[in-house]
Amino acid sequence: MGVIFLKRTGVMLSEQARTKIIESRDSYPDRRSAVMPALYVVQEEDGRLTDEGMGEVAKLLEMPYSDVVGVATFYSMYFERPVGRYVLDVCKTLSCALLGAESLVEHLSRKLGIKVGETTPDGLFTLRTVECLGACGKAPVMMVGDTYYEDLTPEKLDGIIESLRREAQG
Amino acid sequence: MQIVFKHIDVPDIDQIDVYLREGGYKALERTVKDMHPEEIIDVVSKSGLRGRGGAGFPTGKKWAFIPKDPSLAKYLCCNADESEPGTFKDRELMLRNPHQLIEGMAICCRAIGAKRAFIYVRGEFTQPIKTLNKALSEAYAKGFLGHGIFESDTDIDIQIHRGAGAYICGEESALLNSLAGVRGEPRFRPPFPAIKGIYDSPTVINNVETLANVPHIINNGPDWFRSVGTEKSPGTKVFCVSGHVNRPGNYELPMGVTARALIFEHAGGVLDGKNLKAFIPGGSSVPMLTEESLDVALDFEALMAAGSMLGSAGFMVLNEDTCIVRATLNMARFYGHESCGKCTPCREGTGWMVDMLESIEDGAGKIGYIDRLVDVANSINGRSFCGLGDASAAPILSSIKHFREEYETHVRERGCPFKGDAGFALREAGGGAGG
Ligand SMILES: Cc1cc2nc3c(=O)[nH]c(=O)nc-3n(C[C@H](O)[C@H](O)[C@H](O)COP(=O)(O)O)c2cc1C
Ligand code: SF4
Ligand code: FES
Repeated sequence: MGVIFLKRTGVMLSEQARTKIIESRDSYPDRRSAVMPALYVVQEEDGRLTDEGMGEVAKLLEMPYSDVVGVATFYSMYFERPVGRYVLDVCKTLSCALLGAESLVEHLSRKLGIKVGETTPDGLFTLRTVECLGACGKAPVMMVGDTYYEDLTPEKLDGIIESLRREAQG
Repeated sequence: MQIVFKHIDVPDIDQIDVYLREGGYKALERTVKDMHPEEIIDVVSKSGLRGRGGAGFPTGKKWAFIPKDPSLAKYLCCNADESEPGTFKDRELMLRNPHQLIEGMAICCRAIGAKRAFIYVRGEFTQPIKTLNKALSEAYAKGFLGHGIFESDTDIDIQIHRGAGAYICGEESALLNSLAGVRGEPRFRPPFPAIKGIYDSPTVINNVETLANVPHIINNGPDWFRSVGTEKSPGTKVFCVSGHVNRPGNYELPMGVTARALIFEHAGGVLDGKNLKAFIPGGSSVPMLTEESLDVALDFEALMAAGSMLGSAGFMVLNEDTCIVRATLNMARFYGHESCGKCTPCREGTGWMVDMLESIEDGAGKIGYIDRLVDVANSINGRSFCGLGDASAAPILSSIKHFREEYETHVRERGCPFKGDAGFALREAGGGAGG
C-alpha cells in the first residue's frame, strides 16, 4: 500500500527539527512546556508521531518517555498511525449537523471509497469526522491541514477533492 | 454600539500602522506611563466587565486577587481554545483584529505585574496563529512588547501556545496543565490559579473577548462602558448565531438584547421561514429554551432566571423539523468523546447517556430509558470533577423537560418519527448564507 509517510526505523530527527525543538524548549520558563510544540515538529517531519521522534523529544526535554506518550495520546491532532497526505476533518457537531454534515460525510465516503477513519489506497486522503471547529457561522465546515473550507455543499467538496488531487500531482 | 467589533470593517486593521492610525496602543501607552497598576484594576472593576469565556466572573476582581508581592513571578494566560460547540467569536476577533487582543493582554500584564503572557490557541486555529504571530512581531518591532516597553521599566513578553485538539483544555485548570506539558486534565482547586497557576505562580486566565474589551475601557472609561448593556451585565456581547437561521454569523449587541431580536431582526429569522423549535443560547453546555423564552434578555442574570445560561453566547437555533432526540444525541456524543476520563460519573455517565439516546433514536428504546437518562444526568450534574460533567447533563435534562412527549413518541413508534434528513438536511446550494 502506497502510504505516503513510511514508518521511520531508528532514524534520528533532522538537525533542523532538533534545533526547532531546542529553540522552543528555551523559549518557555519550564522546558516541559515545549512538549506539545516538539510533538508538532516530529509530526511535521515524520508525518506522524514515531516512537523514535517521541524518544528524542523525551531526551531533549529531559522528561520520561512515558510522559511524552501520555501527552501525545491525550490529543486528537497528533497521529500515532500513518495518515494520508490530506486529512479531511469534517465537522460533525450540532451546528454543522443541522445543515447537513452527515450527508457530506456520506458523499465523501462514497466518492473516495473509504469509511470514516480510513485512508485511500493511493495514500492521498484520510477521512475523519471531528468536533466543532469554531466556525459554525459558516457551517458545514471541513478542515484540511491549515485550511478551513466553509459553507460546504457536495459540489464544493467535489471541487476541493479535484484541486487537491491536482496539487498532489503537480 | 460596537466595542470589540468597532474596527471590524476597517481594511487591514490587522496591520499595526492601520491599528495605530485608529488610535491603537494609546491605552497601553497610558497605562504604562500615567497609570498605577491599582488604578488600572480599579477602572476595569468599575466598568463591571465580566468574563466572556462562560462563567461571567468579574474581571477586575480576578485581577485584584493576584498577590502584589513584587518578588513573585506572575502570568497571564489568554484562553483562545474556543471549542464550545456553537462558538466562533474568538477566531474572528483574532483573525480580524489581533492587535486589539495583544493590547488588552499587555494592559492586563501591566495591571497584575506579569512579565510574561501566553495565548493558548486551539490547535485547529492555524490561521489565527499566523495572524497573531505577525502582529506580535510588529508590536515587538515598535517597542510595545519586549524589554522596557514605551521606554519604561516594564517588560512584557507574549508567546503563543498551540493546543492539539481537546475540548477540555478550554477549562482553565486543564489549560494550565496542557501548557505545563502534562496531560490536559483538570486540576483540583483550591489552590486557585490566582495563587498557584502556571509554574505554581499567580496566574490570570481570561477569554479573548474579555481582554479585547480592555483597551476600549481604558480609553473611554467605566461610565462609557456601563452606558450599554444592563446594570449587572454591562457592555456588549458577541453572539455567535448558527444553525437554522437565514443569516448566521457574529453579532456584537448590547447585553440584554432579546432572543427574539437576535433571531428575527439580526439573524434574518428562522431558515426558510420555518417555525422555531428550540434555541440554545450559550453553547451546547447550557440548557435549551423554547419559543416561550423568546423575550428573555440575553444577559447573565436573565438567562439564569429563565433556566439557562449565557455561557459563551454560542447561540444555536433549531427549527420545527428538527428531531430533538437526534440533536441531543449529537451533543451527548460530543461530551462522551471529550470527557477526559478522570472521574467516574462523567466518564461512565456520558457513555451511558449516548447508548440510551442511540437506542431511543434507533427504535430500541424502552420507556424507562427516559427517566433513567434524567437519573444519570442528575448523578453527573454537580458530582463531577469539572464543568464538563455538568455541561453534559444540560442538553439531556433540558430536552426531556421541554420535549418529553417527543421522546415518548420515539419509544412508542419504535424509532424516529421524523422523516428522512429533515432538520439535518443540506440547505439549498447558495441559499441564505451570510456573514
Ligand atoms: C469544559 C469547559 C470548557 C471551557 N472552554 C472554554 C473555552 O474554550 N474558552 C474560554 O475562554 N473559556 C472556556 N471555559 C471557561 C474557562 O474555564 C474560564 O472560566 C475562562 O477562560 C475565564 O476567562 P474569563 O473570566 O475571561 O471568562 C471552559 C470551561 C469549561 C468547564
Ligand atoms: S468531569 Fe469529565 S472532563 Fe471533567 S475531570 Fe471529570 S471526567 Fe474529566
Ligand atoms: S459545529 Fe461545525 S464548526 Fe462548530
